[in-house]
Amino acid sequence: MSDVILQTGGFPWLTTIVFLPLAGALLLMLVNKTAHHTIRWIALAVSIFDLVLSLPLWSLFDSATPRMQFVEHVAWMISPPITYSVGVDGISLPLLLLTAFLTPFCVLCSWRAIETRVKEFMAVLLIMETAMLGVFVALDFVLFYIFWEAMLIPMYLLIGVWGGPNRLYAAVKFFLYTLVGSVLLLVAILVLFFQGGQTFDILLLSRVEYAPALQNWLFWAFFAAFAVKVPMWPFHTWLPDAHVEAPTAGSVLLASVLLKMGAYGFLRFSLPMLPDATATFTPIMVTLSLIAIIYGAYMALAQADLKKLIAYSSVSHMGFVTLGIFVLNAQGIEGAILQMVNHGITTGALFLCVGAIYERTHSRMITDNVGLASPMPRYATVLVIFTLSSLGLPGTNSFVGEFLVLVGTFFWSKPIAVIASLGVILAAVYLLWMVQRVVFGVPNAAHTSHLHDLNLREMVTMAPLVVLVFWIGFFPNPLLTKMHASVNALIEHVDTEELEVARRNARETRERREARDGQVSPVALVPQVSPRANNK
Amino acid sequence: MTLPLSDLVAILPELIVIGAACLVLALDPLTPPSRKDWLAWLSVAALAACAHLTVSRMGTSVSAFSDLVILDPFAGFWKLLLYGVTGFTILLSLAYLKAERINLGEYYGFILLSLAGMMVMVSAADLLTIYLGMELMSLSLYVLAGFKRFEARSLEAAAKYFVLGSFSSGMLLYGISLLYGASGSTRLSAIAVAVTARGLDDPILALAMILLTVGFGFKIAAVPFHMWTPDVYEGSPTSVTAFMAVASKAASFAAFLRVFLEGLGGLKANWYTLFLILCLATLALGNVVAIVQTNIKRMLAYSSIANAGYALIGAVVAGYASADRSAQAFGLSSVMLYLVVYAFMTLGAFAVIAMLRKGGVEGDEIEDYAGLAKRQPVAAFLMLAFMTSLAGIPPTAGFIGKFYLFMAAVKADLAWLAVVGVLFAAVSAYYYLRVVMVMYMREPEAAGVEPRLVTSPVLAVALACAFAGVLVFGLYPNPLVSFATQAVLVLK
Repeated sequence: MSDVILQTGGFPWLTTIVFLPLAGALLLMLVNKTAHHTIRWIALAVSIFDLVLSLPLWSLFDSATPRMQFVEHVAWMISPPITYSVGVDGISLPLLLLTAFLTPFCVLCSWRAIETRVKEFMAVLLIMETAMLGVFVALDFVLFYIFWEAMLIPMYLLIGVWGGPNRLYAAVKFFLYTLVGSVLLLVAILVLFFQGGQTFDILLLSRVEYAPALQNWLFWAFFAAFAVKVPMWPFHTWLPDAHVEAPTAGSVLLASVLLKMGAYGFLRFSLPMLPDATATFTPIMVTLSLIAIIYGAYMALAQADLKKLIAYSSVSHMGFVTLGIFVLNAQGIEGAILQMVNHGITTGALFLCVGAIYERTHSRMITDNVGLASPMPRYATVLVIFTLSSLGLPGTNSFVGEFLVLVGTFFWSKPIAVIASLGVILAAVYLLWMVQRVVFGVPNAAHTSHLHDLNLREMVTMAPLVVLVFWIGFFPNPLLTKMHASVNALIEHVDTEELEVARRNARETRERREARDGQVSPVALVPQVSPRANNK
Repeated sequence: MTLPLSDLVAILPELIVIGAACLVLALDPLTPPSRKDWLAWLSVAALAACAHLTVSRMGTSVSAFSDLVILDPFAGFWKLLLYGVTGFTILLSLAYLKAERINLGEYYGFILLSLAGMMVMVSAADLLTIYLGMELMSLSLYVLAGFKRFEARSLEAAAKYFVLGSFSSGMLLYGISLLYGASGSTRLSAIAVAVTARGLDDPILALAMILLTVGFGFKIAAVPFHMWTPDVYEGSPTSVTAFMAVASKAASFAAFLRVFLEGLGGLKANWYTLFLILCLATLALGNVVAIVQTNIKRMLAYSSIANAGYALIGAVVAGYASADRSAQAFGLSSVMLYLVVYAFMTLGAFAVIAMLRKGGVEGDEIEDYAGLAKRQPVAAFLMLAFMTSLAGIPPTAGFIGKFYLFMAAVKADLAWLAVVGVLFAAVSAYYYLRVVMVMYMREPEAAGVEPRLVTSPVLAVALACAFAGVLVFGLYPNPLVSFATQAVLVLK
């Protein structure tokens, strides 16, 4: 296969990273179930070790090429030919690292919050990690589908066993929504197999040109699976329920990783395999994204429950991600990927904050958690940082992502960009209003007198996230350079008309950059369209 | 008239099973009640001998008794499956029969006789032979269904099964006689010739085809011939239910496929529409009605109806894609694969139910499983695995089974049928997952004395095998796939 370069150095990096958590889960089975402490430490050690293992990928990754790296390729099933093949490119690498990065925090935030069936909880968490990592590295469509679906049962258990009072309803709703969406994906995969040359290889399938009518059908089948997962309006209704009822670790995984899988699906499958259909349906996708941005923000305004507020803010933020994807230019897509990572960090952190306060007051209602600044100053600081990051304050991570998405949208259509930026304003409204009440409100003495501030474990949990918020906020380029090659290759793939737009965008961007030469402005972050596209 | 020795050698496995059945029945009065297990072990030994014989003859195709019986890889595949299912049922019954206080030796005799009938069905090349095998299977099953003879529900099940079963046998026989009238023979090969000569529009052939479909539809529990299933599954002893749900369905499918492909292959354009209607009705009714069931055995009964619907997808493909030989073979092998997978997960689920039987009270209501994960974590986990597999969620074998069926449908340009199939699979997840929900997410009922599990070391081994099957075939189905692909090559 000319499409891949083998850079494993003989060591199966990805397989090790993906299956290490599963091995950890099996190891947990051997531990006495009353030894809660041992279980927690093992789970933490396994997840941290997995993170440490995935860090070398960052430096070993060659950002100059759009090809798949660290590829492993083993025949698996003979008839039909399903292979175990994994690899990462600039699109999946950030998400892989995000997943590996967040799992230790999920273990840490469950340290005290989960007291019942600790062993099963940690095992399920680690199994989840394997499935999530697998989704991002799979290069075989069936392998992808297996990881994609295998996640459902652990997540179902996570919500249903360790969740809140209405957990049964939320768990079933989550399960059925995502399952109905993904089964159509299965049929689409099978159709692709027969239309795309009897293979499930994602890279080979992406090179085939499918008939336009077929592309349209497949697009909606893909859409059913990915839009539910993102979730795009109007398929978002499972999300607030699932978030509210899930334990903190479940919420973090849901918001930070699961939602990204939908967007990742669009990037990995819909765009490269169905470029004509994508171009045809772009207006619909953009409209749905806009509705999600505005509607999610309005719903967030009306929420009294902190978790619901963040859940609806996720709908709004993920609207930015899908918007960035479907404006089909390099800025939009890179912004979308960056925004996926940012949303993972920031929203995950916000859920950790809510989890921390829930452990103390046993309520997620804003009215029960008013005026935390004086009893819990450290907590208030952290919460404010993550809130500001979430609303996209310059200097924080989300600003860069949202800005790039808006730049991309601006090139696509100026009015749309204006409407989308309303979402940013609304985000400021509902988030600052929340902060105003929760942090600076007049406290209820009975409630707040016995509140203790963040302990060492919680500080340790929050600190790396705070660092990342600012690090990506000030230095997004290392992350962006990893994506350039892959994103440009993706853009080239989408149809020529869209390519024209992308080229024009790039030219305009370059001209503007030259005009402001020397200034450090966020526009300087805007990537160039690859030389090949310009030379054509 | 003398029988050539070669004919007897050809049916040696059948002879061994019948001999073992007679031996069990003869030894039963001589065996003290505490020693009834020996009869079970005798049966298992007979199965092992048969399995050895069948495996050693796997590669060859032999016909015997002037083409009444055929021994080809297709028959061998089903026979091996049936040995496995029967062996599992016997292992499961050892502890269960004692708990139900019906530990009688003739139970094993009837199981073996029923197996002998099924073996005749899968290797018959003549409609009357198939009919004989089916009657032997069914009569034994009627007795087994009423084996809890002091319990009204069990007797009701037996009576219902008998009346409806006889009716369907009559239909089948009527269809056979019409075919005999049309072709002058009951041999499948002769019928095939006559069918080709008479063409698609012959009303007699159409009527015969419909009657045969009714007869087989009853045995595989396809809608609208499914009415008996829930009552019979609920009332019968759980071990017998498992046996019926898997073995009799598999054997009937085997005979069904052989008759319609080899005998009525010329009518594919006709029967594929018929099967399509059956398939859609079965999928819809089985999956939808299963949702409202509160009794787990009834739920699994509707699940077994729904699963017949999935398997029928493969049969529809085989009929629809008659021009495309590879699609047809793919459809057939996916049916076979699916039924093997179905055997593992359904037997496993019934074994867990049998294991959880409460002393005196039937533990059949889904609500009885509340908080099972706390009380019996291992049993709950096994049930989780079997339910996940039945729902078709990867990485279990249930996913692979459905994957191949849907793939066959897409290959034959029936993608819309695959869409219907996956949507019903999503519906089915609701009721399978409800069992998981009750086990894992509900608190146990008021703390009473926890009844002991009805278990034994052999049952543990059997369950471990079912679990391993569900997991291993989910991750590495290659051997099974190539086996099924080989076995299907002999069919036209």
